[in-house]
Amino acid sequence: MDANRSHRLRAHGLKLAHLMTLFVAMSIICLPGLWIVLNSFRPTVEIMAKPPIWIPNDLNFDNYRAMFAGAGEGGVPVVTYFMNSLIISVTSTAIAILVGMAGGYAFARYRFRGKSAIFVGLMVTRAVPGVALSLPLFIVYARIGIIDTHFGMILTYVAMNVPFTIWLIDGFFRQVPKELAEAAEIDGCTRWQAFWRVEFPVARAGIASAGIFAFLTSWNEYALASQLTRSVTSKTMPVGLLDFTSEFTLNWGGMCALAVLMIIPALVLTFLVQKHLIAGLTFGGVKG
Amino acid sequence: MFRYKLPPWLLLLLPAIIVLAAVVMLPLLLSLYSSFTPYRLTRPDSLFKWIGTYNYEKALTDSKFWAAFGRTIVLLTIALNLEMLLGLGLALLVSKVTRGQRALRTMMMFPMMFSPVLVGFQFKFIFNDNVGLVNNALQSLGITDQVIPWLVDGKLAMFSIIFAEVWTSTSVFAILILAGLYAIPKDPLEAAKVDGCTSWQTFRHITLPFIMPFIYIAMAIRSLDVARAYDIVQIMTNGGPARRTELLWTLIGRTGYVDAKMGYANAMGYTSIFLAIFFTVYFFRKLTSARNELGMGG
Repeated sequence: MDANRSHRLRAHGLKLAHLMTLFVAMSIICLPGLWIVLNSFRPTVEIMAKPPIWIPNDLNFDNYRAMFAGAGEGGVPVVTYFMNSLIISVTSTAIAILVGMAGGYAFARYRFRGKSAIFVGLMVTRAVPGVALSLPLFIVYARIGIIDTHFGMILTYVAMNVPFTIWLIDGFFRQVPKELAEAAEIDGCTRWQAFWRVEFPVARAGIASAGIFAFLTSWNEYALASQLTRSVTSKTMPVGLLDFTSEFTLNWGGMCALAVLMIIPALVLTFLVQKHLIAGLTFGGVKG
Repeated sequence: MFRYKLPPWLLLLLPAIIVLAAVVMLPLLLSLYSSFTPYRLTRPDSLFKWIGTYNYEKALTDSKFWAAFGRTIVLLTIALNLEMLLGLGLALLVSKVTRGQRALRTMMMFPMMFSPVLVGFQFKFIFNDNVGLVNNALQSLGITDQVIPWLVDGKLAMFSIIFAEVWTSTSVFAILILAGLYAIPKDPLEAAKVDGCTSWQTFRHITLPFIMPFIYIAMAIRSLDVARAYDIVQIMTNGGPARRTELLWTLIGRTGYVDAKMGYANAMGYTSIFLAIFFTVYFFRKLTSARNELGMGG
């Protein structure tokens, strides 16, 4: 009887410890982000108060109002930055997906010499650190005059995303049985038709998740954007965050508001595809 | 009429190859060339003066360069291992939960959505010695009444950077390892239970070998963008205080843009590129061998 009870106690204790650890871990993960969201509703004076004010007593939308009021108040053209980010990210993602689909299909369906060498070669281009790449890109772009343009940024992000989209899409096409496309070809489809009517619909979800990944990368990228964009004509939001800093002061409330604006699209997109995202990464990696 | 037909696979890969050649390979060749010149942004004609390996010799004998190099290696080693262990722990914790696992999974992915710059600013503020969240909390709880100089002291600043880096990237590991845990077949686990294995033995000899490929995928993915730490460091400390947290990337950025010594910066840039390529190729190799062990290769 006694042994039974001590065993049960231990099991309960373990369960409690498990939940406690989980709670602490999740708090560490979520708190910094929530703190930003909270601060975006507070005036900077209160955030910076010393001694600290723990229970916010002045929540309002001032930071958001100032942000959308344009260059007059606060001085940061947030709407322009948002549009820049959107145009650059969406266009570059669309192109990267098309290029990635072609490349992924080639890796999944054809056998050729030097396949793995070419594959690793493509991956390696992604590993080049942004800073190291930004120096020569800066020189080249300045020469041919596409610095500080949407086109320059789109081109850069396409190149940055292509290796990764190829990797993911390759994994998804491998999951589609070869026989499916062959059957379609026997039934009189051309290879092109077989691709669009049979293989593409099956792998569509995976391709979408590769797209989200590419979008998030371009949406959040900073190292290259900070050097290749110079003015409001092409500055993206991550670079725009720095507009809230000046040499000695920092408009923390305003910055948090922009940060929230930046996170929301990322949040929505990630939640939409989180299941495919995991599947994509694992299939692409393990079975590829 | 002469008509040479490209093989279809090459035709399909061509767009990718062209884009990468134009945006990555060509600039890299240019930077390789300029690393042999005393090129300065302010003096364009200096691009045509050949000085041989002078820049490399200068970099290799520069103690600042080696300090940054060593620090980068240390940061990567500590951060990647820590992320792997914490990610493994987190994945195990979440996989044991019976209810609300979906919600936990989505919460776990929270840091992945944050732009690295944002993470930099966020932790710059959290670790601020005067108004930061950490010091405020410690003081309000009465744990200490001193101001802890998180970002001012060299060692503490390094710790803060590693903390920020680990915070953003642990979820990548956790998510992938979790996917691995779901994919483990149930039979061997049950067989182990019947044979009387302790839970540690089961973990060590069955679970771990199975999730090893997933750990390597995570490592491969991470090694593709380790340089994202640049954004975080750049914002949090900008290499300071007094170069105590200077990494290769911040050193390169400063030399290239602030000092305008492009040639020299490119020479140092090449070392960081080789470092990144080394990490990537290493983990892709590991991934392939782990795959083959599980019989998933091909």
